Amino acid sequence: MSDLINVTVTVNGTQYARAVEPRLLLSDFLRHDLGLTGTHVGCEHGVCGACTVLFDGEPVRSCLMFAVQADGHKVLTVEGLGTMDNMHPLQEAFQEAHAVQCGFCTPGFLMSLLPFLEENPNPTEEEIREAISGNLCRCTGYQHIVDAVKLAAEKMRT
Amino acid sequence: MTKKWVGQRLTRTEDPRLLTGQALFVDDVEIPGMLHAAFLRSDYAHARLQSIDVSAARERPGVVAVYTAEDMGDAWQHGPPLVIPPPTVEDVVFHTRTQVPLVKDKVRYLGEPLAMVLAESRYIAEDAVEDIFVDLEPLEAVVDLEAALEPGAPLVHDDLDSNLAAHLVQDKGDYAAAREKADLVIQRRIVIDRCVAGAMENRGIVASWDKKAQHLTIWDTTQAPIPVRNGLAGMFGLASNQVRVIAPFVGGGFGPKIMMFYAEEVLLTWATLKLGRPIKWIEDRRENFLATTQERGQVHDAEIAITRNGRILGVSHTFLHDTGAYDPYGLTIPLNTQSHAMSAYDVPNYHSDLKVVFTNKMITTPVRGAGRPQGIFLMERLLDVAAKELGMDRIEIRKRNFIPPEAFPYNHKIIDQAFAELVLDSGNYLATLEKAVDMIGYEEFIKEEQPRLRAEGRHVGIGIVSFIETTGVGPYEGARVTVETDGRVSVATGVGTQGQAHFTSFAQIVADQLGVSPRDVRMVTGDTAEFHWGTGTFASRGSVVAANAIHAAAKSVRAKILKLASKVLETPEEELELEDGVVRVADVPRQSISLGELAALANPLRGAVEPGTEPGLESTDYFGPQYGATANGAHAMILEVDPETMMVDIKRYVAVEDCGTMLNPLVVEGQVHGGIALGIGNSYYEQLVYDENGQLLNASLADYLIPTAWEIPRIEVGHEETRSPLNPIGSKGVGEAGTIPVPALFAQALEDALADYGVEVLEAPMSPNKLFELLQAAEHKT
Amino acid sequence: MKPAPFKFYAPTTVSEALAHLAEYGYDAKVLAGGQSLIPMLNFRLAQPAVLVDLNNVSELFYIRPDKNGGLRLGAMTRQRQVELDPLVAERAPLVREVMPQIAYPQIRTRGTFGGSLAHADPSAELAAVSIALDGRFRLRGPAGERWVSASDFFVGLFATVLEPDELLVEVALPPMPPRSGWSFSQITRRHHDFCIAGVAVMVILDSTGQCEQARLVFLSAGDGPVEAHQAAEVLVGQVPTPEAIRAAAETAASTDIDPSSDIHASAEYRRHLAGVLARRTLTQAFERARGDE
Repeated sequence: MSDLINVTVTVNGTQYARAVEPRLLLSDFLRHDLGLTGTHVGCEHGVCGACTVLFDGEPVRSCLMFAVQADGHKVLTVEGLGTMDNMHPLQEAFQEAHAVQCGFCTPGFLMSLLPFLEENPNPTEEEIREAISGNLCRCTGYQHIVDAVKLAAEKMRT
Repeated sequence: MTKKWVGQRLTRTEDPRLLTGQALFVDDVEIPGMLHAAFLRSDYAHARLQSIDVSAARERPGVVAVYTAEDMGDAWQHGPPLVIPPPTVEDVVFHTRTQVPLVKDKVRYLGEPLAMVLAESRYIAEDAVEDIFVDLEPLEAVVDLEAALEPGAPLVHDDLDSNLAAHLVQDKGDYAAAREKADLVIQRRIVIDRCVAGAMENRGIVASWDKKAQHLTIWDTTQAPIPVRNGLAGMFGLASNQVRVIAPFVGGGFGPKIMMFYAEEVLLTWATLKLGRPIKWIEDRRENFLATTQERGQVHDAEIAITRNGRILGVSHTFLHDTGAYDPYGLTIPLNTQSHAMSAYDVPNYHSDLKVVFTNKMITTPVRGAGRPQGIFLMERLLDVAAKELGMDRIEIRKRNFIPPEAFPYNHKIIDQAFAELVLDSGNYLATLEKAVDMIGYEEFIKEEQPRLRAEGRHVGIGIVSFIETTGVGPYEGARVTVETDGRVSVATGVGTQGQAHFTSFAQIVADQLGVSPRDVRMVTGDTAEFHWGTGTFASRGSVVAANAIHAAAKSVRAKILKLASKVLETPEEELELEDGVVRVADVPRQSISLGELAALANPLRGAVEPGTEPGLESTDYFGPQYGATANGAHAMILEVDPETMMVDIKRYVAVEDCGTMLNPLVVEGQVHGGIALGIGNSYYEQLVYDENGQLLNASLADYLIPTAWEIPRIEVGHEETRSPLNPIGSKGVGEAGTIPVPALFAQALEDALADYGVEVLEAPMSPNKLFELLQAAEHKT
Repeated sequence: MKPAPFKFYAPTTVSEALAHLAEYGYDAKVLAGGQSLIPMLNFRLAQPAVLVDLNNVSELFYIRPDKNGGLRLGAMTRQRQVELDPLVAERAPLVREVMPQIAYPQIRTRGTFGGSLAHADPSAELAAVSIALDGRFRLRGPAGERWVSASDFFVGLFATVLEPDELLVEVALPPMPPRSGWSFSQITRRHHDFCIAGVAVMVILDSTGQCEQARLVFLSAGDGPVEAHQAAEVLVGQVPTPEAIRAAAETAASTDIDPSSDIHASAEYRRHLAGVLARRTLTQAFERARGDE
């Protein structure tokens, strides 16, 4: 068995220090070591996008990173986006547009969309579909998600 | 009483929890001392187990136990058959062969479990799996359906004399006679291949036996917590109330999560009882392709007998249905295929010869659509071929054969999946089709746009198909509605939720009956401790069966409220109204009492409860439909094909659905969109590819192509409404509607786009490669 | 699907990284972006005893102008940086065109330019593009540095000339010459899947409008990127008429490439697509070379 490595990761603004095995996936670290179960795991081969989090502000597949690689870095998960009583406009828009069905893929979409909307405050339908083509959803057929993004963009512009 | 909430496009109550990462899914369950399971799965599809040595695995630090079939002793048993063959059809041949928890004698499908490892972490458990030595003697695999029935084919079950799992023949009228009278008989071979449900959440179980409390709690991604509870309790000698099965938030069901007594469910229960420690197993994506059920494989030799005026005299098909290595789910899927082979049409004569075949592949159980897409594909393709040969417009041929509205209830006489005669309760198929024709702009496209684009050298096509969907089957569901002393309403029902908005749409029903806001209705689904009578979420029945049970219970509570309030307010019941969480005298708002106060009064601290009454404002009611309600729809699409690259672009998609009374149109549309997305997957992207050894060549999301947002077009949904007479709400199911017609529609539109090549598309799924081969063959003809 | 155990090193300099590779040889794998390697580890298709993580080797992350008018990219430069960089857009428009087609934004956040090249997937866009642009790769090992042309770098299925104790440290892309044109096209089943056929094209016209140089590099047409030399020969010295282009495309499809069959496409379909794509990209590349676009 490999030696444990000390890591210090800032997640949603809070610093966590842990000793972990090098092979521990960042997704498992967030979910099980830190108890932040909002990030979901759908495939562990980087295709479905359910595990997407922000790493130093940019969207990454947390199933394709090791926790040891997050040492000294900042991670934002869906828990850091908003609370049930105080949702981010993007989350509000998802509710208003009925963009959530089973909700399993949702955190991955939200974390992928956050940087996209910051860079593209007024996206077209095509740009949105392009931006979310790296996230799979089996329930919604994507349309309400696209509608939610347009709505969110509107909310975030005002 | 005014209906305010049912029919509203209400946003979902459950969303904030899901959106902020606060919802509990099975893998989120953490219990101190929890062990993690991993399975050694067979690398061969068909092999004899010679020996298995787990000693090295047992030695690995962090491993707590490793079990094989032998270790299970008497606890090792075949799973119970879930659905028996229909007793109402004569001369059915059916060989029951059900799955095992761990392989004992031979492996019958790729990935069949050989051993279970329990360790301190999943990582260690997987390391230990690699420590196991297993000696498997590979056997020739049975993969092709037709080859499986040839004499001399290797046998999946050695105690049978062939791979025939079942044989069932159904007849309506006299097809042979009808054929004689036909002006045209069209014969075609139709092939449909397997897909997975592909829910974003894989399966998962946490089983926790509390030895001191003598209580077993199981979290399971199941669509059917109640039967799972009952079955596991029975299997392990526990009283049913010693077992609690919870289906928390579940990340998509789509069918395979209603398969029950999966090996893992049985094994984790057995192991936690043995060790007294909680155990978790979370399926990974690769396992999902191997260990979770699949569906769709069928081969049909079909014919339609038709007059020169396009009137169908009869349909006949001989078909093979792939059940995989075992057949726990009976004949449900192919019976659905038979029920849908006549679809929305008045077909006076029908003959169907079904053979179910064992193969060395994963077990087949329903995946969204559940045998219906195959039946619809058959009928719509035959009609389209007939229309071409008769030189008739495809809309016209359908119109000439629709069951007219005045013919309902229409009895097809054949037996359906509920073992009763297939009776279609209501519908207006013509109206639905005409709406789709109108929405897609069919006439204008055919007459103007298409010729213009074709002149530019572009290959654009239009498709339009009709379909029915049997829904809302029994046996029953139940619900308990309770007014709490804080004025909010609690509702419990046995079905689980995998994203269908039950927490909201069911609340809308209660809100209308009790005059509260749906946001003040707290729904609990899928927890056997809260409600333990019922079946589960499947076959598009939630919005019919569970909804009507909830409706009935809410009505009963309403009656209790009025009765008690009448006493308290000293006013006759007819003069009372329920609104905004209070009961008040109509037109005299000051004379009122809140529901919460009334609930407190209904549970007196002093004074007796009168004979014949119950305390509280609570009622439990059940609903069982006489038979399943039949929804219907019509879909249309315009697509463009590049015949050089085989790339397809869907330009427009219209879906008209009739699911009777809609609880929440926003939710209905979401269901339709999602169903269509899966249907598009079934049409051009998704196919499980098995080689001749039963190896699955695309057991990952990289190679099994679930469509992304780029592949799915914007969908325009239209609604028609023919209320079902079979239930008080008038609802029909809609969960599978989107999926059912898509492959038939895609085939038609593709043929239309490539009309100058004259190709026929008789298989699903299609793929760019298959299209290339079709076009190559077509070009060589000219 | 959890990876097997490994020892983990996160060096901060190239020298440190090379020292680890020298110690472990074939037992070590280099971890760049991880977007191709980590799935393999998760599936346990690869079980290296040691991982050497280059993500903290800051000296490998850069995009610089080259004195000759081209570009120098550090091997660890993130694909997303390459996608957004204005210098890349200006000096290597073929690269700029291809970047958004590589997988998805979340993959490109971590994926690196050099990592893709070293991994050598036969469907990788950057391999084909680097060859088409006549790129050169700088390798460093214990013995020092060597330059390898992109054409010579790829030697087989997931195989390059990199020794186990060597690292790819830099990619040099020459400037686009005058009267040059480029194009790229790939056919994927889903948006941004690995392609079932693809081609990167670079052409140069001489002052009389004849083709002076042509490079067609195919993806998913063999064990690695496949350069269509015979097709190029058909074009050189000719005026690139539609007929000449068609002839070159047919030559490429029938003679230069050797695609195989898999579950997504047969060899025959791939060959057919290669011909179609070659025709379309050559047409566009020559239009650009002439300034027609």
